[in-house]
This record gives sequence, C-alpha cells and structure tokens, in this order.
Amino acid sequence: MTILSLQNIAKNFGAIQAIVDVSFNIKEAEIVGLMGDNGAGKSTLLKIIAGNFNPSSGVIKFEDQEVHFEKPIESREAGIEVVYQDLALCNHLTAAANVFLGREINKGIWPFRYLDYPSMFKKSAELFEELKSETRPKDLVMQMSGGQRQAVAIARTRLTNPKLVLMDEPTAAISVRQVVEVLDLIKRLKDNGISVLLISHRMPDIFQVCDKLVVLRRGEKVCDKLIKHSSTEEATGLITGAIDRV
Amino acid sequence: MKFNKDIISKSEKTSFQKFLSEQSFWVTIALILICFVMYFVEEAFSSKDNVYNIARNFSFIGIMAISMTLVIITSGIDLSVGSIMGLTGIICGLFLDAQYLPEWYSKSAFYESNYVWVGIVFALIAGIIIGAVNGYLIAYLNLSSFVVTLGMMAIARSLAIVVSNNKMFYEFGPKDEMFFKLGGGQFLGLANITWLLIFLTILMGLVLNYTTYGKHVYAVGSNKKAAELAGINIRWIEMSVYMLSGFFAAISAVMIVSWMGSVTNGLGYTYELRVIAASVIGGANLMGGVGGTYGAFIGAALMETIRNSLLMAGIDPNWQGTFLGIFIVAAVWLEKVKNKKNN
Ligand SMILES: Nc1ncnc2c1ncn2[C@@H]1O[C@H](COP(=O)(O)OP(=O)(O)O)[C@@H](O)[C@H]1O
Ligand SMILES: [Mg+2]
Repeated sequence: MTILSLQNIAKNFGAIQAIVDVSFNIKEAEIVGLMGDNGAGKSTLLKIIAGNFNPSSGVIKFEDQEVHFEKPIESREAGIEVVYQDLALCNHLTAAANVFLGREINKGIWPFRYLDYPSMFKKSAELFEELKSETRPKDLVMQMSGGQRQAVAIARTRLTNPKLVLMDEPTAAISVRQVVEVLDLIKRLKDNGISVLLISHRMPDIFQVCDKLVVLRRGEKVCDKLIKHSSTEEATGLITGAIDRV
Repeated sequence: MKFNKDIISKSEKTSFQKFLSEQSFWVTIALILICFVMYFVEEAFSSKDNVYNIARNFSFIGIMAISMTLVIITSGIDLSVGSIMGLTGIICGLFLDAQYLPEWYSKSAFYESNYVWVGIVFALIAGIIIGAVNGYLIAYLNLSSFVVTLGMMAIARSLAIVVSNNKMFYEFGPKDEMFFKLGGGQFLGLANITWLLIFLTILMGLVLNYTTYGKHVYAVGSNKKAAELAGINIRWIEMSVYMLSGFFAAISAVMIVSWMGSVTNGLGYTYELRVIAASVIGGANLMGGVGGTYGAFIGAALMETIRNSLLMAGIDPNWQGTFLGIFIVAAVWLEKVKNKKNN
C-alpha cells in the first residue's frame, strides 16, 4: 500500500528552482533513501512534505488523500513525524522533556493542572529501551553524545504511532559506533510497520537499510529504483552527474 | 511492556551534585556567611528591626526579579521595569488623589473604600498593558528586547512626568489608612510585602517547574526554533513574560507607594539595574534557558544585605553603585566560567 505519493512537486525560492517536477511513492514499511549533493534540494523536499514550505506546484497524497499542510503541526497530526537536520532539541531540558515537548502529559484539572513527571519519565524510558538506546530520561540533552541526541529526536517520533518518519541526515556529525546505533533504530521503525524517508549522503547507510533509492540532482529526480538493482558506483555517478539518469 | 525501571532513577549527576552546581546554592552560602560575620561584628545588624527592614527592602526588588527571571529565561531582557514602576505608581497615586470611581460603578454600589481598589486595579492593568506593548513588539514584530525595553524605559518615565505634572501625590482620601496598611502592614513579624514575595516565589517556582507553560518558557529560551517545530506558540510565550514583568512591576509600585505614603515620578529610577542584578546573581543566564525564582529571591536578598552591611560599616553610600556594577559583571563572568567547564 502506498503511504505517500508525490506528484510533480516543484518549488522555487524566487529565481532559484530548488525542486523541479519530482514524483515518487513511498510504500508501507518501506525505507526510501534520498541522496544528492549539497544543495540538490533534499532538505527542501523534506520540508515540503512536513509542511514547513508549501510546494510551488504539484500534489501530495498521504494515505490516498490529497493534503495541504500549512504548518509542521498539521503533518504531525496526520501521522508524519520529522527528525530535522539540526535535530531541534532544547539543550537545557531533560531527555524526557524533549521527547514530550509540545505534547506534555498533565494531571489535575485547570487551573491546577500540573506536569505528570512520573508518566513522562516512564514512557520515555520505555521508548529508549525500545530503541535499545542507553539514554536516561532525566539527563540534560546538553551533556549527551551525538548518538544519544539522535535517540531523543527519534524517540520523539515514537510518541504517537506515525505512518511515516522523515529523517534529514541523522548520521551526519556522529561517531561510527553511533551510526550503527542510529541505523538500528531506523530498522526498528520499519519492523514496527513505519515508513521512513532517509536523507543521507553516506553511501553505506543508504545501502545498509534502504529498500529504494531516489537521487536528486539540482532539484531534479534522476533515479528511482530498488536498492537491490542499484550499486554504490551507480549512485555515486548519479549524484555527481557522471551518469545522467537511469 | 517490559523495561528496565532503574534507568528512570539514574542520571548523569546525583540530586546532590545538581544542588551543588546551582548558583543559587552558593549565593545562599554567601548570604549566610555575611550574616554570620555581621552578627559578631555589628550588634545592630541582627536586631529585629534591621532584619525586618532588610527583608522589606529586598522584597520590592525581589518581586520584580521573579518576573525578570522569566524574561531572562526566554533569553530576553526588560530594561523598562523601573520606569513601569514609576508610571504605574503615579497612576495609582493620581487615581487615589482624585478618589476616582467609574460612573457606572459609583451608581451601582457605593462603598467609601471602593476608590482605593479602583486606583490599585488601574495601576496593575496599566502595568500589564505596558508589558503587553513591549511583548508584542518583541514577539510578534521580532524587535530586539534590548531596544524595545530601552525605548519603553524612556517613554514610561517621560509619561510619568507628564501625567504627574511633576507633582507629588500624598493625599489619598478618607480611606488612606486602609491603603497604607497594605504596604506598611505586617504579619507574624514580616512585612506584608515580604509575605507577598515569598508567596510569588513559591507560586512562580511551581509554575516554572510543574506546568506546561513553565516548560515552554524554558524551551523558548533554550532553542526557539525547536520549540516552534514542536508546535509551541512561541510568540505568545514570549509576549506573556513581558506582560508578567509589567504586572509585577506594578504590584511592586502599588506596595511601595502604600508603604511610603506618597509617590513622585522618580519612583523606581535605576531599579532595573538592581532587578537584573538580583536575577543574574541568582543564576538566571542571559543566554536563555536557565534560571529560577528562588535564585531571584536569594539574589535580591544578598544584594540588600550587602548594601545594609556596608552602610553599617560606615562606608559612603555613594560607593553602592560601584559594588552593584561589580556584582553584575562578576555574576556574568562566573556564569561564563561555569559554562566553559561544562563544555
Ligand atoms: N528558505 C530558502 N530560501 C531560499 N533558498 C533556499 C531556501 N532553502 C533552500 N534554498 C535553496 O534551495 C536549494 C536546495 O537546498 P537544500 O534543500 O537545503 O539542499 P540539500 O538539503 O540537498 O543540501 C539550495 O540552492 C538552497 O540555497
Ligand atoms: Mg540538507
């Protein structure tokens, strides 16, 4: 079953054509790798799906319904969660507070509503456990390693039961050991029936976890095929332009 | 679902280590040391009257330092609190002097003392409105809090002078006794204003730590972009802290006018410095994301105690500004050293 369908999406910022007529589908429990050079338009495409930007033209269908997300909160309510490139975490808050940011659990009745810390600590501990991460709910994000920060950002997406998770460069700027952790986390999402759009320009990541490969070059889609029918050499050629398109 | 329950109780630092790393803890220690020394050096310091006076004096600053702390947590600053205090104090005095009652109100139910409440409520509303203007410009028009509140500092002070016609107000009508009791009265050995400070410290401390609103205040100061992506109404959070700042400045103004029994347009002049100093000494971080109401309380207490001690030690009061300035810079410097150690 198709979860997300992009049809002829285009986006321009003034004179800059960031996305040119891009179409592809993401199926249920499918991990789609989105590759491309810096400035190819990967983040822009992700932000269009997430509702940060409106597309200049084109149609987005989510679960066979045409959608127009005006704000990130709307796509989230529809079942799309996002892990942003810069992670978007609050350093001064605990891991648990970051997981529940904007979706805090409260107790009591107004005006005596107060935060239900025990429930939030418990739930976030469960999520970290599920993600096989050593992150502790009460630790401040400030003191965390890159891998742990990723776990917090990914745990955020597991609060609800999303249909689709968008991830922008989740393995950039973390150590090799942590990369393995994050890739495991992504596989676990798939095991739970969740579809993932994974942006990365690390070839091994994509070929380890993805089912399908989409390559953008200067805003145009130049590749859309199953990963088992492709190779790292072909992907490199497509990204650099040595191979025009397949 | 099965999971390791121990992970919840574990954290990088134990509660005790966290406690030791709090700036407000060390300020409390410093305060106790000073009191200890003064107790032996200067007999008059620990007299009941002197302790009462110190507590009352820092309460006016402390109340404003609480709301200033919220502003600083969002990584903003409010330079206009002193002037808001002046203007709202004048508004309070003006209405009391006129014994003003709204037309509809005086007809519907007339009690002789009602004009007192009208004056107080008008001053408080004025404080909230001025804060809302600050907050709107900062949160919705994205202007720098430094510039907006610097402008408001000049505007509110000048309005205070214009509105008061450079007059002093001290005739507060037939029920002035009732008004004077508010700020001048005491209860169980502490001034009313000190009780109010204690109450607000606890109340706002609970709000900051145990409500969604409080969490969002920290989140906005820590990472505004992340807070926005999480669906938090960051503009409203930012605007609200300036409204609170205006409101608390007005509360302080009403209480101080009631205690002094008169008001001039010079009320609260340069108080913003003392208020900001109290918050920062108490551990509020000007970079945002860090601070607490107990810090505001103890920061205000420390400054007033030092001021009082210096006076008792016979040091020329003109030196106070120098000490105040050194404290502010030292607190910010300490903060920087501490942050370096953490990273
Ligand atoms: N908000 C924006 N305003 C103007 N141009 C933008 C904006 N965001 C991205 N761009 C432009 O769109 C192009 C694609 O950027 P981006 O999607 O960030 O690339 P990638 O994530 O693949 O490195 C770049 O040329 C970039 O300069
Ligand atoms: Mg990018």
